[in-house]
Amino acid sequence: MVEVFINSKLIGEVDDSSSFVSRLKEERRSGALHNNVNVYRESITGDVFIETDAGRTRRPLIVAKEGKPSITQQHYDRLNRGEMAWHDLIKEGIIEYVDAAEEENCLIAFRANELTSTHTHLEISPLTMLGLCSALVPYGNFNQSTRLNAGSKNQKQAVGIYASNYPVRLDMDVNILHSPQKPIVQTLMNDVWNYDSHPNGQNIVIAIMSYKGYNMEDAIVINRGSIDRGFGRSTYFRPSVAEELRYAGGLIDEISIPDKDVKGYKTEKDYRFLEEDGIIYPEAGVDEGDVIIGKTSPPRFLSSLDEYNIASATRRESSLSLKHGEKGTVDIVLITENEEGNRLIQVRVRDSRIPEIGDKFTSRHGQKGIVGIIVPPADMPFSSSGIVPDIIFSPHGIPSRMTIAHLIEMVGGKVGALSGRYIDGTTFDAEPEEQLRKELLQRGFRENGTETFYNGETGNRMQAKIFVGDMYYLKLKHMVANKLHARARGPIQLLTRQPTEGRAKEGGLRLGEMEKDTFIAHGASLLLKERFSSDNTIVPVCEECGLIAVNDEYRNRRYCPICGDNVNISDIEISYAFKLILDEFKSLGIYPRLNLESKY
Amino acid sequence: MTDAIKEYEDKLPKSIIDSLRENIPASISQAKLKQILEQTVAEYNESKADPGECIGNISAESIGEPSTQMTLNTFHFAGVAEMNVTVGLPRIIEILDGRKELSTPSMEIYLNKPYSEGKDIKKLALSIKETTLDDISLGFEINIVDLSILIKLDRELMRNASFTVATVVNSLKAQTKGFNIKVDDDSMELKSRSKDINLNDLYKVKEKIKATHMKGVKGISHVLPVKRGDEYIIITAGSNLKDVLKLEFVEPERTKTNNIFEIASVLGIEAARQAVINEVYGVIESQGLNVDIRHIMLVADVMCNSGYVRGITRYGVVSEKSSVLARASFETPLKHIINAALVGEIDYLESVVENVMINQPVPIGTGLPSLVTKVKK
Repeated sequence: MVEVFINSKLIGEVDDSSSFVSRLKEERRSGALHNNVNVYRESITGDVFIETDAGRTRRPLIVAKEGKPSITQQHYDRLNRGEMAWHDLIKEGIIEYVDAAEEENCLIAFRANELTSTHTHLEISPLTMLGLCSALVPYGNFNQSTRLNAGSKNQKQAVGIYASNYPVRLDMDVNILHSPQKPIVQTLMNDVWNYDSHPNGQNIVIAIMSYKGYNMEDAIVINRGSIDRGFGRSTYFRPSVAEELRYAGGLIDEISIPDKDVKGYKTEKDYRFLEEDGIIYPEAGVDEGDVIIGKTSPPRFLSSLDEYNIASATRRESSLSLKHGEKGTVDIVLITENEEGNRLIQVRVRDSRIPEIGDKFTSRHGQKGIVGIIVPPADMPFSSSGIVPDIIFSPHGIPSRMTIAHLIEMVGGKVGALSGRYIDGTTFDAEPEEQLRKELLQRGFRENGTETFYNGETGNRMQAKIFVGDMYYLKLKHMVANKLHARARGPIQLLTRQPTEGRAKEGGLRLGEMEKDTFIAHGASLLLKERFSSDNTIVPVCEECGLIAVNDEYRNRRYCPICGDNVNISDIEISYAFKLILDEFKSLGIYPRLNLESKY
Repeated sequence: MTDAIKEYEDKLPKSIIDSLRENIPASISQAKLKQILEQTVAEYNESKADPGECIGNISAESIGEPSTQMTLNTFHFAGVAEMNVTVGLPRIIEILDGRKELSTPSMEIYLNKPYSEGKDIKKLALSIKETTLDDISLGFEINIVDLSILIKLDRELMRNASFTVATVVNSLKAQTKGFNIKVDDDSMELKSRSKDINLNDLYKVKEKIKATHMKGVKGISHVLPVKRGDEYIIITAGSNLKDVLKLEFVEPERTKTNNIFEIASVLGIEAARQAVINEVYGVIESQGLNVDIRHIMLVADVMCNSGYVRGITRYGVVSEKSSVLARASFETPLKHIINAALVGEIDYLESVVENVMINQPVPIGTGLPSLVTKVKK
């Protein structure tokens, strides 16, 4: 007697669990049970676990019986003729979805010719073991598994064409690659996914060599000629949304050019692009701080005092302007209404992104890198046939990462480019490397992919033969233009009076705890004080009670709220954060007393 | 020559003087010797820490930075197979925190001749290993009706460890009070003399007798005789320095343990300081990292200078800091602030952290010197 669980709930017992499980599976294949049901038999206790819950990851497999796959030539023919479809295969029990638990009881063959009578299933293709992006990596079975993961992660960040209707969409943070190409070295997934209709990269010539140290630590060297010819160019889109919100009391936001007496009015120059309706016109070239949508809001608090005010129309300025460090051209202006009937304005700003030092590029093998230098084409090394590489990749990236597929793709790309065909690099089913080498030899190149190279600056022939090939490169969405940031002075936080944090707020770069330690270790005490003086304050202190006193500039009077006028009050220089913690002590009921004495 | 060197005895440490005596040839001319000594003094003074140099901070950085690179791999097989000793970062943390319970206490026992040459090595090792009643019994049962404990002894295990039923009963009698012991072939029955014993207590007693010490040194759970170089030593899991040093076949000079607290109580605080240095330096060296030993010596000094081994935690060294603000900035700030408020503590702002907090020059390096002048009245 073994126990049977449905969705982890004990529901009964059964005598012979293995025949029970196989009967369940038979009934599922015949259609008597729903195909969402999975059964798992625990091998030691024989307990049976039946799962019907949502949220299990499952994958399709071909059912195999007595060393033969249940799918036959007949099925293939009918599928080709269109008389049969995927769901028919499931209905007939030829293909079934198996979850992670049931997979434990299965023995799955890679290929049909490896099937034995002990196998229960056959892979539809070995490629189905991989995810969508991992399957796009050519020759993936030659890579270390961590690199395959990194490669698939990188592809998700690649700049390409994410939707064919992108010109009319207003998505946040969008990058569009200008002239994407189909990869020369492809996988089966290219066809399955129709990747060629929305590719993410470009085929380029890549040489593996060092270049004056500008490609160390994963950096890459780019040929300026390639950029001028359009390599890696993209456009960055960013929409801004403004809504005419309705407030209590019939008040409403107004989209218009704000009047000059509005609270928080910027300068006239900032509003110069706005048309009469308060919205910017398309194709306006805007820079940081420029207003895109002019908007005013009603005053925040309607207090009784305001009624006696001279002008009751003290509306607030709440325009939308370009943030710090942004620039571009207005692409689309859209005026609509939202669900609540409020007027809604959307303005999309576009900006071109030409590759520059600091932009991130990657191959499909997790070999990401940052542009270290852009070299004029004349200074690039060239091969004996006159080929100038687009990218120079550092050889130090290869041995420790063991991305052999990176090297094979280079050879494959070279062969494909020379013979004008696409190379099939499907993981586990690729065109063999030997064949590529043979074809390369036939085309008059060195079989191992290396070529004689010449120094672009001196014209000297290089001693070493340089490994060159074509490969598919992707531009990643992390571009310096969106990240570069520095500050000398700028906004501070209200609470602590310390500089704000983050690029969007024009913040400072924190000199943290450990950085502080380095200053101390050098004995640079006064330099440290200067660094930390960002929130320095002068505070009057009552020498009687040791608490912060009051300095009334209007009446030119200094007094202590506790001890009164007849006490010594001295100014001290402390960080505002310390003043804040003294206040917090007071709120805890702790009396922080400052005992002053002469510094000298 | 010796006279010339003698003059420098108060200018140079003894170790340098000794090595000068050793290395300078006797035939050297007086002028040359003078030159050498002057140069030595100059070099020695150059290598001293400057006044106001932040040695604690530099030590912290010098130990902290390489430790971040240490692999967190806790269990390497260090030294000998089957002996598992904590090494790496977890071990360093264990030492510097001053933890009393080590994750893997261990000893290296050196032996006197002729045992160090391998005589009776296995027997000796086994005689050190602690045997408890649980180790030689098949099972412990509680008779709920009679409120008695039934112990079944394992004949074979007893024979291997050369026990007889009588010896077992004797040591059990010596260590368990208040019970009558009835022996029946190879099983024993314990019955309480007092009438009002309940089942709960009986369970506790049962667990207690399981750990009854029968033989060997308490706390030594495993022994392993190993050949190191030419001689045989015994490596143990579990440590008991005090009792091991009492054994007459043990060579006490070289026998060591990795339990610093045992060293402190048996051999004194200076030995414990040296043990801290050796243990930490050993770990850092075994990871192939390079840290100057003086940084570790400073840490060991800080840990041991009170006469007790204290860890660098909020209960240990940090709790001794005189400044409230410095203590509060380390861990549990509110606790320190409130306690300081209760007794009216005064912070004289004499060290680094407080001055960073109020943004004043820290009394270190360039912030240390100050000007003293007479003011005309």
